Amino acid sequence: MDTNNWTSEQPIVSLKDVHKSFGTLEVLKGISFDVMKGEVICIIGPSGSGKSTLIRCINALNKINSGSIMVRGLEVNDPDLNKLELRKNVGMVFQQYNLFPHKTAIENIMMAPMLVLKESKDEVLSKARSLIRKVRLEDKENTYPGELSGGQQQRVAIARSLAMNPDVMLFDEVTAALDPETVKEVLVTIKELASEGMTCILVTHEMGFARELADHIYFTDRGIIVEHGPPATFFEEAKDPRTKEFLSQIL
Amino acid sequence: MNLVISFFTMLIGTAAGVLLGLGQISLILPVRKSSWFFTQLFRNSPWLVLLFIVMLTFPFEIEFGETIIQIPDWMKAVFGLSLPIMANISEVVRGAVQSVPTGQWEAAESLAYSRSQTIWKIILPQCFKRMIPPWMNWYAILTMATPLVSLLGVQEIVTLSRQAMEAENNHPELLIPFFGFALVIFFAYCYPIARLTLKLEERYSVKFI
Repeated sequence: MDTNNWTSEQPIVSLKDVHKSFGTLEVLKGISFDVMKGEVICIIGPSGSGKSTLIRCINALNKINSGSIMVRGLEVNDPDLNKLELRKNVGMVFQQYNLFPHKTAIENIMMAPMLVLKESKDEVLSKARSLIRKVRLEDKENTYPGELSGGQQQRVAIARSLAMNPDVMLFDEVTAALDPETVKEVLVTIKELASEGMTCILVTHEMGFARELADHIYFTDRGIIVEHGPPATFFEEAKDPRTKEFLSQIL
Repeated sequence: MNLVISFFTMLIGTAAGVLLGLGQISLILPVRKSSWFFTQLFRNSPWLVLLFIVMLTFPFEIEFGETIIQIPDWMKAVFGLSLPIMANISEVVRGAVQSVPTGQWEAAESLAYSRSQTIWKIILPQCFKRMIPPWMNWYAILTMATPLVSLLGVQEIVTLSRQAMEAENNHPELLIPFFGFALVIFFAYCYPIARLTLKLEERYSVKFI
C-alpha cells in the first residue's frame, strides 16, 4: 500500500493554508497544522467555527478550495486523488454514528474489509470479533443498530472504522449526541486507542478529555486557528481574548 | 388474461423502472438528464395514448432470418403498459434513495466503498422496504387499468363480458350483473392488495432510526 515516499519522521497529516467556502461563506480561512504519527490532536472552538468542516476535509468528504492537505504523503487536494487509497488510511467516526441499520453490529464491522479490501471472510470474522471485544460489545455481535444505545452504536462505529486498519482516525464530535452516562464508555475506547499509538484527530467539546489526552490542542474560531499549544499551556496560559472567553464559558 | 398482463407488465416495468430510477441519481449528467426526461415523459402521458402508440407502431411480427415470430397483441399491450409503470417505479426508486439520510452515504464513503457498492449494498437494501408499499400500490392501479387493452382488441375480462352480453342479445337488464361481476372480480383482487399495502406502510413507517 505504500506507493509513496512518506516516512514516519514526516507529519502523517499536514495542512497548509487550507481554504474552504460554501458558496459565498468562507468557512476555513487558511488553516495550517501538522500531526505526527501517534499524536492525539484535539480541535476545539465555538460551534460554527469550521471544526467539523476541517476534519471532513481531511478525508475528502468536503473538497477544499485552495491549500494543501497531505495524508501519509497523499495530496488530498488533487483532482486525480485516489479517494479509495486515502480512505483506507483514514478512518472516520461521526456524531450520528451512521451505522448501517439493515446490518448487525458484526456485519457492520465486516462489510468494508470484505467488500473493499477483499479480505477473506474467516480472516475478517476473527478480526471483527477481536475488535468487538476491544470495544466491549462481544455480547452484542448479532444485534441490529436500532436496538443498541447511542454509546454502544458509537463503539460499533469505532470498531467498524478500525476494521480497515487505518493509520489515522478522525472523530467528529463523537460524544455530542450521547447521553452523559454513555459518553464515558466511548471516551474510554478512544483513550485506549490513543494509548496504543493510533493517530487521532478529534473535534470535541469534552474539555476534560482533551486536557488529559491531547498532545496538542487547536482552538479555532471563524475559520482560523486562534491559538494552539499543549494542554497544560493552552488551558492555563491562554493569551488570546477569544480563547479566554471561550474557556471561561465552558470550564 | 388481465392477471397475465399485469404480471408481465409489473415485471418489465419494475426492472426498467429500477434502472431508470438509478439513472436519475447518476453522477453522469447526460444519463441523469435523459433518465429524468423519460421518467417525466411517460409518467405524465395518458396510458391509453401510450397504448395506442405502441399498438399501432409496433410490428405484429418479427423476422429472424427464416422464421417469423408473431407478436400477439397482448404482448404489445404489456409493453405499452410497462412504459408508465416504469416511469412511476423510477420515481419511487429515486424518492426512496433520496430518503436515506446523507450520513449513510458519508459513512460508506469514508469506509472507502465505491459508489456502486454504496448503492447496492448500503442504500438500496434500506430502500427496499420503503419501496414495497408504493410498489404494491402501483400494481393495484395497473391491474385496474388492464381493461384499457380491450379497446385495442385484446381479449380480457371486459371484452369477455361484452361478448357474453352480445350472446344474450344485449338485454339491458343484464348490463349490471355482467359488468358488475367483472367489477367484483377486480375488487376481490385489488382490495386485499390495498389493505396489505396499508399494513406494510404502517409497519415500515417507524422502523427506521
